[in-house]
Amino acid sequence: MKKLIFVLTTIPALGSLVVINRVEPYVLGLPFVLFWGICWVFLTSLFLIIANKFDDSKEEEEL
Amino acid sequence: MNAALLVILFFLVLCIWLGLQARKGKEMTMEQWSVGGRGFGSVLMFFLLAGEMFTTYTFLGASGGTYRSGIPAALYAFNCFYFVIAYWLLPPIWKYAKKNNVISQSDLYEKKYNSQALGILVAIISVIAIIPYLVMQLKGLGIIVSQASYGSISPNMAIVVGVIAITIYVSASGMHGAAWTAIIKDILILAVVVFMGIYFPLHYYGGVQPMFEAINEAKNEFLIFPEQGLSISWFVSATIMTALAFYMFPHMLAGVFSAKSAKSLRLNAGVMPIYQIIIVFSLLIGFSAIIQVPDLNGADADLALFKMAKMSFDPWFVGVIGAAGAMAALIPSSLVLTATATILSKNIYKVWKPNTTDQQLTKLSRMLVPVIALVTLYFTFNGGDSIFTLYLMSYSFMVQLFPALFFSLWKRNPATVQGAFAGMIAGIIIVFYSTVTETSLATLFPSLPQEIKDIDLGLAVIIINIVVTLGVSAVTRKSVNRVEEEADISHIAR
Repeated sequence: MKKLIFVLTTIPALGSLVVINRVEPYVLGLPFVLFWGICWVFLTSLFLIIANKFDDSKEEEEL
Repeated sequence: MNAALLVILFFLVLCIWLGLQARKGKEMTMEQWSVGGRGFGSVLMFFLLAGEMFTTYTFLGASGGTYRSGIPAALYAFNCFYFVIAYWLLPPIWKYAKKNNVISQSDLYEKKYNSQALGILVAIISVIAIIPYLVMQLKGLGIIVSQASYGSISPNMAIVVGVIAITIYVSASGMHGAAWTAIIKDILILAVVVFMGIYFPLHYYGGVQPMFEAINEAKNEFLIFPEQGLSISWFVSATIMTALAFYMFPHMLAGVFSAKSAKSLRLNAGVMPIYQIIIVFSLLIGFSAIIQVPDLNGADADLALFKMAKMSFDPWFVGVIGAAGAMAALIPSSLVLTATATILSKNIYKVWKPNTTDQQLTKLSRMLVPVIALVTLYFTFNGGDSIFTLYLMSYSFMVQLFPALFFSLWKRNPATVQGAFAGMIAGIIIVFYSTVTETSLATLFPSLPQEIKDIDLGLAVIIINIVVTLGVSAVTRKSVNRVEEEADISHIAR
């Protein structure tokens, strides 16, 4: 699960920059590459919170 | 005495009062002082770790960096991979710490590898790495307060007053003081940065998109990653390097140990990226300054935010900005002071004098706070410009502690004590050498493709560190096995 989260967030977020490195189109007034970066902040949060929901019980038992 | 100065003074007094208030009703044992009795829930944790996130860097560095180089610095400023790493790494570290009564970062290594010597090495590395970090914060504080007071207070004066203030409440309340003042600071920064980030583009350009269009017209290389230098491969490698180094800092781990449960840490990792969005407003301030105050060069770029503020607002509001900035420097410094004092007393002094009682240790840690503060002041006033180099070095130093910790979390640790030692020392020697001689992959191998030349050196050194750690571990493990076998044989023979 944790590995999956890593793959889901880090690799596309960093890897996509090669394709996404452009100014236009402007989204919400921001250059596209900046908008894309901000998107990933929210996506990272979302993925981690979802992961936390599923991970939970298993790990707390170990204590 | 002007309005700006009065406002800054008010917040400083508030900060000291809250810091002292924080210790009420708590008996200051070592665990209370250094990790807040491990009782901080999600909310306080959030402010504590976020407090570390928003330093003078958020304030001056992110806006200044954006002003200097546009998009590459801007995206780098809200790196959210810290949290992916945090989500992965922190809960097992926290559990181990709780079970084994670990209160400092060197404790962790000492117990994991069952070696006091390794604990001392880690302590020395982190104390060396932490001083430049403190110095940077204090220099930032000096700039902020002297700018906000319209020059009526000198940077040095501001630094001395600030250091006295945190020394008072840190030695009294330790971690509790740091956590409570962090709350005020975060609210203040949030308000100030968000307001300016929206106001400047609207007021000077009529909106965010017109602003970026104007920048694109004037300097079109500013809104994308360039082909070389601060290129995509620089960004990817530097992002990973800082994310790995981030939680190796002793004060960050001390913050982690203060958590009440592994769950509060994981939740924290999930929520924190959204908090990073505040930095976007700081970037907008930097972008808005590119055309409005076009003549800032070198270190002056860090003043972009204040130049804009003074151009636009009344002195009292400049004072509020100054207060937010001053707290952005002081609160992380107070965390760092607490953690450093803990390491010096527990992981160096106590090893030297093992029968020190817990009570004596607490007293010693608290007395060490002003001493460390004085040493830092000395370096702040006598450091010169090379401090920035030292600051970069401190990150590259800290990241060298990562492999040993990472391997120790495996079910079967592939690294031995000797391996951990060799890896850390090899890494640090290379970082030291390359910083002093200004070596980079580009100067070493000029014929490599540009993508590889731009890779952050810290990340390259980490790979060498891992190779050395595992190599030495493989050799030493074999000899350990042989000794055990021989012991078995001699046992049977008897």
